[in-house]
Amino acid sequence: MTDQPLLEIKNLSISFPSRRGVVHAVDDVSWSVKPGETLAILGESGSGKSVSASAVLDLVDAPPAVISSGQILYRGRDLLKVPRDERQAINGRKISMIFQDPLAALNPVYPIGWQVAETLRVHGVDSKTAHARAIELLHKVGIDDPERRARQYPHQFSGGQRQRIMIASAIALEPDLLIADEPTSALDVTVQAQVLDLLKSLQAENGMGLVLITHDLGVVEKVADRVVVMQNGRVVETGAARAIMTSPSHPYTRKLLDAMPGRHGFETQAVASETRRTILEVQDVSRIYGVQPGKAKDAGPKAIRAVDNANFVLRSGETLGIVGESGSGKSTLARMLLGLEPPTSGTIRFDGKDMNGMSASEAFKVRRRMQFVFQDPTASLNPRMTIGQIVSEPWAIHAGVLPKKEWRGRVIELLERVGLKPDHIDRHPHQFSGGQRQRIAIARALALQPEVIVCDEAVSALDVSVQAQVIDLLKTLRRDFGLSYIFIAHDLALVRDFATSVIVMYRGQIVEQGPTTNIYTAPRHDYTKRLLAASEVHLPDAA
Amino acid sequence: MGSFIFKRSLQSVFSLLVLIVLVFFLARMTGSPADLYLPQDASAEIRHQFNEQFGFNDPLYVQFGHFLWGLLHFDMGQSLQFSRPAVDVVLQAFPTTLTLAAITMPLVILVSVITGSLAAFRPGGVFDRLASFISLIGASTPNFWVAIVGVLVFAVTLRVLPTSGTGTPLHWILPVAVLMLRPTGVLVQVVRTSMMTALSSAYIKTARAKGVGSRAIVFVHALRNALLPVITVASDQAAGIVNGAVIVETVFGFPGIGKLMIDSVMLRDFAVIQAAVLVTALAVFVINIIVDITYALVDPRIRYS
Repeated sequence: MTDQPLLEIKNLSISFPSRRGVVHAVDDVSWSVKPGETLAILGESGSGKSVSASAVLDLVDAPPAVISSGQILYRGRDLLKVPRDERQAINGRKISMIFQDPLAALNPVYPIGWQVAETLRVHGVDSKTAHARAIELLHKVGIDDPERRARQYPHQFSGGQRQRIMIASAIALEPDLLIADEPTSALDVTVQAQVLDLLKSLQAENGMGLVLITHDLGVVEKVADRVVVMQNGRVVETGAARAIMTSPSHPYTRKLLDAMPGRHGFETQAVASETRRTILEVQDVSRIYGVQPGKAKDAGPKAIRAVDNANFVLRSGETLGIVGESGSGKSTLARMLLGLEPPTSGTIRFDGKDMNGMSASEAFKVRRRMQFVFQDPTASLNPRMTIGQIVSEPWAIHAGVLPKKEWRGRVIELLERVGLKPDHIDRHPHQFSGGQRQRIAIARALALQPEVIVCDEAVSALDVSVQAQVIDLLKTLRRDFGLSYIFIAHDLALVRDFATSVIVMYRGQIVEQGPTTNIYTAPRHDYTKRLLAASEVHLPDAA
Repeated sequence: MGSFIFKRSLQSVFSLLVLIVLVFFLARMTGSPADLYLPQDASAEIRHQFNEQFGFNDPLYVQFGHFLWGLLHFDMGQSLQFSRPAVDVVLQAFPTTLTLAAITMPLVILVSVITGSLAAFRPGGVFDRLASFISLIGASTPNFWVAIVGVLVFAVTLRVLPTSGTGTPLHWILPVAVLMLRPTGVLVQVVRTSMMTALSSAYIKTARAKGVGSRAIVFVHALRNALLPVITVASDQAAGIVNGAVIVETVFGFPGIGKLMIDSVMLRDFAVIQAAVLVTALAVFVINIIVDITYALVDPRIRYS
């Protein structure tokens, strides 16, 4: 490492004029990165962490954005004063960038080999050499059988593989600097670890500088040398990673560290679980795609066992966490619990009654007692309805629960209960932040006073500090209403803080289940051990 | 792909049958051909003789039976107005319309893809506003009015183009230009919207981060992704032309299928109406198959089984 910075951003300000006034997305921001160094830019959504880095590659559209002041110095040369075609020559060759969602970031209609080779071709390499080199690169980032797979399209690869393809394309010309914008946020925890390892090994190989934009303190802790903490477009703290993680000086950094899940004591139940009432009983439940319901035995080798012989029990007041990576079958299981999909075999009993054999009116009554909160609060709230209409809709469906003239009063009560204001009742979903929208979804779930709420990745789309607030709300509701939860998540730390017992799913099977304390302190199954190792955060002051 | 085309053909046979039944009965609701082909003062006996000769005295179901039986032998009956087999009449007119479509549609697609893409590259810019304004006029101006004004200006006043007929390449300029107007206007808007969506995608950001130039970003990365809705609308417009560019063919005296159909309806020439509908329906079916195959070629995520 030399002391000369590779890239230095000095007093950069970028604003977006809008109808409501000018938004200062980046406000007098300075940071720098040296060759071979890993700089993490840490912040929550709207902090301006991506905008300042995108400006380095001329990816900020101006207009509408206005770069009002500052310098972006690459090897001492101000990129903001370099003509566009010269910046095109720097992009991809000297500085390259990868993005959060590798499926969206790869062009869906071109083969991946073509896309990796494109980086080389646009910088003057002839197509034949470029193609051969692309295959080498794919091999290098760990794509098996690269010659055949180079001809395939992005949708034929898994999330982790797609990000590897993006990396192959970004490092094709051995750039000085790689900017990675949330490179692992869309990936499963074990895959996250592999991608970070790959980035680190490539960095060790050619000594490139790495700028890692992230909201994830775990990622920072694992790979960063230095950290820049951003909030509301400003840099609030800069320093060595270790120093910031152990003794943050700014209150916002401290708040972020405190909000990190997985650092609190385990949830324990006051009453012994045997004396609690059994609400939900899942017995030998399988969901096999490709065979008729009730004919699980006919399943050939081509049939997909999304859920394979699941057994568990949910008791009142209990919070059952279901963890697993994408494709593990946890969402299919949830859909079967909600009656959105029938099991291929096995029985699900709600309060002792088999849900599959229920009449329509019985099933209707069960729905009242079991509600759900989905992952994406933007998609699960109808944008054309007011908050009042959204929260009171369950009463319109389940007629007779509450007389219509009492609706408004109850909605206001519920809104206050989930930490929103009474005057929010006439607004529309787009006027709220992600965290507030999820509170609205929770208020809607509470409207029918259910006994069970199924949360499918209910806080995964939210910022760390907002996650913590929503989890606190769910805990309070559990205490006040004696609610039971089924809490489905890929984030092990979150489940650890919230669930009283845990189910670990892997490829459709429940590989381990038990009280949270046991699973997290003494995992028995190899997969559970791998998951825990991959998501482990070595905070010095972690409990 | 082969089995897909087979399945689609089978489905289409069913739709065609329904169509044939409808056309058969609807045509007969317009009244008796005898009223049009015989003098007004023709005696009841002559009327009876006329109807007997062409089978119009038989009960409808018998006529329908004859019609279906003939269809199985590729015999669509005799044209009343031309006294020739109806199929011959239709197949003589159809190539003119097909040629009109084959010249018009590629031009429409070329013009609208280039205009729409450039407009989408800088939304709100001078070119975009100009393109949006002109395409809106193109999409909303009535065809017949432009056709008549075109004849007036270029044929009557300036005398550079012929008024009607099909003799020389010069005869095609006005009809093609008028026919292009509406589809181009509509398609420019579709290309523009679709390209704007494509250009704001994450993979465009990736391409820019790689250092790909603006032209390749628009025409290589964005365009192919933007094509699906464009193909859908373009095929719809093409089907419209193949179905008979009635107004343009009438104004310019073009002996195409549109003009033939209108004339046949006016003269209650049932056999020609039936033959024309069947042939155009087949053509539209072929267009749809081609479109489905094009979808799969443009977007690798689309596979038929």
